[in-house]
Amino acid sequence: MADGPRTRVQYRRHRSDHSFNDPSSEAGKEASLARSSEPARSSTPGSAPGTLLSAADVARVVDRMAHQLIERAATGGPASADGGLADLVLVGIPTRGAPLARRLAARIQAFTGTGVDVGTADITLYRDDLRLRGVRALEPTVLPDAGIDGRLVVLVDDVLFSGRSVRAALDALRDLGRPRSVQLAVLVDRGHRELPIRADFVGKNVPTSRSQQVKVHLAEVDGVDEVLVTEATGTEAAQ
Amino acid sequence: MTTYLIKGARPLGGEPADILVKDGRIAAIGDSLSATGAEVVEAAGLIALPGLVDLHTHLREPGREDAETVETGSRAAALGGFTAVHAMANTDPVADTAGVVEQVWRLGQEAGLVDVVPVGAVTVGLKGERLAELGAMADSAARVRVFSDDGHCVSDPALMRRALEYVKAFDGVVAQHAEEPRLTVGAQMHEGDRSARLGLTGWPAAAEEAIIARDVLLAEHVGARLHVCHVSTAGSVEILRWAKSRGVQVTAEVTPHHLLLTDACAESYDPVFKVNPPLRTDADVEALRAGLADGTIDAVGTDHAPHAVEDKESEWAQARPGMLGLEQALSVVIETMVEPGRLDWAGVADRMSVRPAAIGRVDGHGRPLAPGEPANLVLVDPSARATVDPAALASRSRNSPYAGRELPGRVVATFLKGTPTVLDGKAVK
Amino acid sequence: MKRHLLEAADLDRDDATLVLDTAAQIDQALAGREVKKLPTLRGRTVVNLFYEDSTRTRISFELAAKRLSADVINFSAKGSSVSKGESLKDTALTLEAMGADAVVVRHWASGAPHRLANWVRGSVVNAGDGTHEHPTQALLDAYTIRQRLGRLDGVRVTIVGDVLHSRVARSNVGLLHTLGAEVTLVAPPTLLPVGVGSWPAEVGYDLDAVLPKSDVVMMLRVQAERMNASYFPSAREYSRRYGLDARRMAALPDDAIVMHPGPMNRGMEIAAEVADSVRSTIVEQVANGVSTRMAVLYLLLGGSPQ
Ligand SMILES: [Zn+2]
Repeated sequence: MADGPRTRVQYRRHRSDHSFNDPSSEAGKEASLARSSEPARSSTPGSAPGTLLSAADVARVVDRMAHQLIERAATGGPASADGGLADLVLVGIPTRGAPLARRLAARIQAFTGTGVDVGTADITLYRDDLRLRGVRALEPTVLPDAGIDGRLVVLVDDVLFSGRSVRAALDALRDLGRPRSVQLAVLVDRGHRELPIRADFVGKNVPTSRSQQVKVHLAEVDGVDEVLVTEATGTEAAQ
Repeated sequence: MTTYLIKGARPLGGEPADILVKDGRIAAIGDSLSATGAEVVEAAGLIALPGLVDLHTHLREPGREDAETVETGSRAAALGGFTAVHAMANTDPVADTAGVVEQVWRLGQEAGLVDVVPVGAVTVGLKGERLAELGAMADSAARVRVFSDDGHCVSDPALMRRALEYVKAFDGVVAQHAEEPRLTVGAQMHEGDRSARLGLTGWPAAAEEAIIARDVLLAEHVGARLHVCHVSTAGSVEILRWAKSRGVQVTAEVTPHHLLLTDACAESYDPVFKVNPPLRTDADVEALRAGLADGTIDAVGTDHAPHAVEDKESEWAQARPGMLGLEQALSVVIETMVEPGRLDWAGVADRMSVRPAAIGRVDGHGRPLAPGEPANLVLVDPSARATVDPAALASRSRNSPYAGRELPGRVVATFLKGTPTVLDGKAVK
Repeated sequence: MKRHLLEAADLDRDDATLVLDTAAQIDQALAGREVKKLPTLRGRTVVNLFYEDSTRTRISFELAAKRLSADVINFSAKGSSVSKGESLKDTALTLEAMGADAVVVRHWASGAPHRLANWVRGSVVNAGDGTHEHPTQALLDAYTIRQRLGRLDGVRVTIVGDVLHSRVARSNVGLLHTLGAEVTLVAPPTLLPVGVGSWPAEVGYDLDAVLPKSDVVMMLRVQAERMNASYFPSAREYSRRYGLDARRMAALPDDAIVMHPGPMNRGMEIAAEVADSVRSTIVEQVANGVSTRMAVLYLLLGGSPQ
């Protein structure tokens, strides 16, 4: 398993895919990838269906990401007594990015004794694919009282797929303030990027085929911590 | 003139018989008739009725020939089984002079599809201010006997009294559009639960009933004949029943649409269902059917009211009131009265031919099916059912409230004074 | 959600709650921001089709659409082909040809939005039709009540005035009932429709009897012209019997609020000191109108496939 940031190679490798089977959204990470019964075209064999991360794995991955964030805060910005953590804001992208951001903050506090600001930014109103996805209920956008201006904002999401959610989040951030720097942390990077976007912190890289789904379950939302890879079924594909 | 031998029809729904039509009259009725050179019309399973008579038709000519003409309306009437229709006076110019009623009458004769019997306006220009020359219209070639300001109520009680009295001189009758205008300012539909919810100004039942009550008292007082157009409420039926029990010379008609449809139709805001008086409630529909069945209501009058597309494809409030009726009238009566067993075929003949002809004093119509009588008759297939397609109607307009509705009964043939105007369900000319 | 919002009955309890929740999220997302604009409906076209002057409602919808980055076309009946006798249907076909994704229609004729909905593919939003309904007004009223009182379930709402001619009353009775509020209508009997008994609301004629049991009093605009048609004898008598003044306001429970859809006839149905009191939500209603309409446009347009 490869940790750390991925390059843009994947993006190029799969460029040819999306003209044929353009998910145009990251809905595929929660629902189906294929919007029609057309078979997915992909040169990537994907991962074997099943449980990718257990609850213990998820906890371990979150801990490692927390350590990486502490390291980045200490080295990324101007030196400060608290190791740069006061400068850091973790902004979760609902739904599952929000509890993930809170967990990361809690682990950072556990490791360093220093609290970290957490916020959420609902990106629904910034999506460019509403026509395809349909409307959904909005979730709160909450920023720390100190705001995000001049700070290091780390967007937190569960799965990185096409990159469109992140792009929408960047648009939302632009309306919310002017951070010094914006970085990205994801629990799972499953490839198939459609935009030149990469994550700065990746819990786990997972090669997938487009026909597969990656489902992240978190206790706060789903009652259980786990990451699953499944093959889309016909009925799911029709949704 | 061609001789026709109608084989195996059931006169008034009775035993099958052959009917020989010759020289414009019924020459014979009996078993296994034969006639050399006669054109045979196979009519097994069909009901033979006297040609239907409508007391209430808007033919729109002169003035709105884009909506209907005497000829297109006559064709629609023939296809509906009618051999005579009363052409309402609210044309442009208004039929309030001998000249206009004669023009309409002549156009009807030229079309030759039904006998068009002009109705004369009661007041000049339908304005409700002073009497039109009723006598001149009565004496004209059109022989007007029915006078009506239909579309408007003769609301002035003194004027109504004078009209009722005056037409006695030539055995005329005033056909009242019963609507107290002060109670229906801006009215759009029946006033009740639905109008409250739809935000459409209500047309209260009392506005009709108040005028009918007033008019039957006036008719009684002056000993005149009164005819009430398009009765639409249960209360009106009650008043009529009371008046008839007192011996008042009052007659009344009900439209096919008031027998079938209710104000629920307005929920679509589709102005095809906008009509005056408005569609009422289920309880009113039931009372109207009962009134027609027991004879309190004498006749079915179509109030056939063609309107051009632009007058109907609009906001409800903007649309003109009225709906087509001639071509589906008999079907609606079969659906609402015959099939539920409330009226037999003799009853249909009575309410759609005999009584309306008598009310209008129309000679040669509404006569028994008997040798020597004028051959005005219609053959109906009671078992046929068809879905109404407005595009297939003979009327020039398309505002049928029955579009898409399946109705029973089909007019197979209509004979006007011995000449077929409809054969095989199609207009002959 | 249905494709169109024509009347309050188009919203079931879940839909209505979703609209209010969405409006609340939008409000929160935009609170304190300098740039109150979201890219949500970029590339979508919203037509404001107004057959009746209503600057307030038109501006509210216009602002809502623009804050969601939709292209907005204002199509006023005045000075356009509409006033030259073009039929509603022809206008609808024109809008259709322009590719309108939503048509916000204000019309003097009850049911005109229903007719329009038969002729256009986009969503139709009723911005007030005749004496029928004004569903977005009811939504913003419900939103305002929930914001002030924290709930709608069991809230006692008294609607006072010209119910007969009021689209606001019709929509509010339907929507507030859907959302669990208890509605009472108070008016002179002449200004209540025949058939009001079938509405999910109590009906009364005595304002003073109802006020102590009201959490919300919603005053309807009463046009003085109505007295010419004998709906009531005089403006003075109307005001005395059905107007909300300081004395009557004092009879309300402590946390009760006073609403008015505007524009107000100060001194007629509402006294100036009431309109300007802390109980009055009249200014909030205007602000809430924008976020509620944003929510409606988002929910109708956001996901509808072309
Ligand atoms: Zn009439």
